Amino acid sequence: MTETPEFHRETEALRETGAGMNTAEVKAWFVREVLPLETALMQYLHHNMGKSGDAADLRQDVYVRVCEAARRQVPNPVRPFVFTIARNLLIDRMRHEQVVPIEAVSDLEALNVAIEAPGAERAVMARDELRRLQIALDRLSPRCREVVVLARIEGLSGRVIAARLGISESAVSQQLDNGMRALADVLYGEPQDLRKSQ
Amino acid sequence: MSGHADENLSASAAGTIEATAAAWLRQKQSDWSESQQRQLDEWLAQSQAHCVAFWRLEAAWERSARLEALRPLSQRVVVSASRKPFRIFARVAAAMVVVAGLGVALTLVWPQPSDAVYATAVGQRKHITLGDGTRIELNTNSVLRLVSAVAERKVVLERGEAFFDVTHNAERPFVVIAGAHRIKDLGTKFTVRQNRDNLQVALTEGLAEIGPIDGRGSDHSLVLKPGDVAIASTRGLAVVRRSADEMSDEMAWRRGMLVFNHTSLGDAAAEFNRYNGAKLIIADPAIAGRTIGGKFSTADINGFVEIIQKLLGVRVTHQGQDFVVSH
Repeated sequence: MTETPEFHRETEALRETGAGMNTAEVKAWFVREVLPLETALMQYLHHNMGKSGDAADLRQDVYVRVCEAARRQVPNPVRPFVFTIARNLLIDRMRHEQVVPIEAVSDLEALNVAIEAPGAERAVMARDELRRLQIALDRLSPRCREVVVLARIEGLSGRVIAARLGISESAVSQQLDNGMRALADVLYGEPQDLRKSQ
Repeated sequence: MSGHADENLSASAAGTIEATAAAWLRQKQSDWSESQQRQLDEWLAQSQAHCVAFWRLEAAWERSARLEALRPLSQRVVVSASRKPFRIFARVAAAMVVVAGLGVALTLVWPQPSDAVYATAVGQRKHITLGDGTRIELNTNSVLRLVSAVAERKVVLERGEAFFDVTHNAERPFVVIAGAHRIKDLGTKFTVRQNRDNLQVALTEGLAEIGPIDGRGSDHSLVLKPGDVAIASTRGLAVVRRSADEMSDEMAWRRGMLVFNHTSLGDAAAEFNRYNGAKLIIADPAIAGRTIGGKFSTADINGFVEIIQKLLGVRVTHQGQDFVVSH
């Protein structure tokens, strides 16, 4: 639990591991190792960005860098590597925008993000999966929820859903796209502690 | 490292990419052709940002498949909103009008809030036990609707494959509607599978009658005996006899297995593709015709790929999550 955070030793962490990965491997690794960190990552980004800018944009940049690195060499351990990249990108951005002094970027230790036991997120995820999914569904607008339920649970096509709900097929597409994006945000991005939303 | 400049272009860049990724993922849920897959692969190959956005949405969407377990049948979100069954169930409806003509109340037939719908995602299987003790096993990527009716117990296999172990009740026959056919149980265990252009019914125990949905006379229907596999298409109805072993292979999916016996690689790939998100694409028709045998777990597409590489000396490359088999 109290292993030394390794975010200052990015290059060392990289050197510990062997070869890089192909696209399919990067994908599997990204889904398995990186996405579960999203809640913590988003908290970190929000915390440091305040209201300025779009944390989702930065999140995307972090993921891009992480995956590009993984193609060359698998980062290990993953967590400090991801947060080091996030921190560097935050600093770059602030330097560029001259919003806040660079010192304002909080240290990773202060946020306690780098020292949790590996895999903690995944364990929480598995345990709370159904509740999380239910909540994710509840967050959608009623129409969007309806469309997602019909598509995902009932397995109906866009055409059939459109006919059933009496709306156009393009409206169904739009709702479904929104629903997919919202589900990803809630499933990966929102805090693990879901009690407040019940 | 290429692409960073693009990704940092504007504040809404990530949002735009994610919207495109969502549109791809949505299209991938329904009719999905190889050319669409190629286009998606090209889009993904353009930038790592495209990849992460798509992977993330896809992973969340795959997780959401479990939502089904939450579904309280009594209060489904669905049908109450607005009922416009006419266009949707045009195909079913056309058949149902005939049924109505035969004296069955129309209200029993339209989709109603009391209908229960069971669905499985790709790779999923599901056991259902009905109130009368009838057991149903739903195979991958299937949709089954229970339609309550007084005169008979009716289920509609809208898509995919299901095994039925029916508790016989002569007073209230159990009827499966699939495509343009109805299968009526006479005390039975059987499997119904909807293929793209035909319907396959395999009977392991008891007797069942298969005929056209409109209930035309016995000239058009057949009684199936154990070991019979009926193949029904728009052109007609054919029955073949299978040994007990072959029948057991036919039902192997119920154990999560696929059994191949002098099966063409093309057919085997099609089978795996029913169960997995990652698809096997046979790029060369000459290879698709080569035959193989063996038993595989429906989910073990990797194991299968490894074996055909060794056994047939074919080349397998990755294309996104898919496997492309060539010389």
